[in-house]
Amino acid sequence: MNPVHALAALLLFPGLLYALPMGWLMMGTERKLRARFQGRIGPPLTQPFLDVVKLASKWPVARASSDRLILTLLPLLAVGATIGALALLPVFPDQTGFSGDLILLVGLLELPPLCMVLAGYASRSIYGEMGATREAIIDISCNVPFFAALVAMATAAGSLQTTNIAFATPWQVRVPAMLAILICLPVKLRLNPFSISNAEQEVLTGPLVESEGRLLALWELAHALEWVALIGFVVTIGIPGRSGAWWLDGLVFAVCSLAMVLLLTLLASGTARMKLRQATRLLWRCSFVLAAIALVAAFLVRGN
Amino acid sequence: MKQYGFLYKLVERAREHSAFLFHFNAGACNGCDIEFVSCLTPRYDVEQYGIKLEASPRHADVFVVSGPITRTTRAPLEAVYAQLPDPKVVVAIGNCPATGNVFWGSPMIEGPLDRIIPVDIYIPGCPPRPFAIVEGIAAAIHKLASHPSAPSGAVR
Repeated sequence: MNPVHALAALLLFPGLLYALPMGWLMMGTERKLRARFQGRIGPPLTQPFLDVVKLASKWPVARASSDRLILTLLPLLAVGATIGALALLPVFPDQTGFSGDLILLVGLLELPPLCMVLAGYASRSIYGEMGATREAIIDISCNVPFFAALVAMATAAGSLQTTNIAFATPWQVRVPAMLAILICLPVKLRLNPFSISNAEQEVLTGPLVESEGRLLALWELAHALEWVALIGFVVTIGIPGRSGAWWLDGLVFAVCSLAMVLLLTLLASGTARMKLRQATRLLWRCSFVLAAIALVAAFLVRGN
Repeated sequence: MKQYGFLYKLVERAREHSAFLFHFNAGACNGCDIEFVSCLTPRYDVEQYGIKLEASPRHADVFVVSGPITRTTRAPLEAVYAQLPDPKVVVAIGNCPATGNVFWGSPMIEGPLDRIIPVDIYIPGCPPRPFAIVEGIAAAIHKLASHPSAPSGAVR
């Protein structure tokens, strides 16, 4: 990966120019589809974009006890980390340099939830702290099966490059590992059965309770980018081959991402919000068992 | 911001199509609250105009108040009003915040609402019908869209 390719990945294709409209389109599709499933008309597809513009045009309010600098830096860090993760997505096969390095990619994907937890504690609001605690607990209990599944795939493929993992993982490891990762996906996007950390009725949107105007706009931006990055990560890891033609690879990537949005919306509108204990129990019972099966299969495949 | 610039028009359009509501019950009998929440149901579906009911006053643009302001709710009302970021509009749902309704003259109420905070839109009725509430909120959003951009006493 030379600097020109890296810059193009950061700013153009899986990066900003693609991810911003795609993130807003994904969130708009989710809201529209959920409204249609509930028998409503629903907001237009451009709604997330209009929300961000409106929030960015609002004036800050004076706050007494919480630190404005930290509350501003945390969403900026979340946005930056997610853009970095987007640039590393293995949409095109590339096995040189640090592009598609699994550890860096997963580390960058893990930063936004961490920022959100810190923002919840920095808000000095009881609801923010409660939401941050819930976010931390559910994030940890979803990360154990998520990482275990990734370790299984990396072991079976014998590489830490995401391109190699996507191509070389045998099916007996890939199927249980991908199922475990798919169960973790709505947790990481804070979608409905696992939306206890930012529940509106219970904890007043949790960690973001004190973020107003521009801060909330930044968080919405980070969330839109997170949609593209996380769904894109699952899609690129899941598709076992690339055609080699850049336009076909990009098109398959985008179409598969939108199909994942449809699946996630079906899940979110068909389920009610679970308690923290129920959610963590479900993650351990379903996702972790699948990840453990994948781990065992990976060690059997490796033969040691 | 220039009055005719592209950004001005974009912000105006965004404000008109994405209003976040915060609902405050200042001692209402729950009649107006039920009618207000029914605006979000599939039958009236205000989300198609981008209207969303928010849980935190920090996220909201439209402050929706129901009930005559009782003595215990006055201080929370003022605190919550101060927590909404500018520009904001206030909508009074029902007869109670507008006039005090049947509680007029009672020593237990501090209302009407406009003695405490500036009110932009009144929606009369006891309770008002959901369509009246939707119409009132639409009027409030038009007022919000043409709001002067720089408020007094704001922190940059």
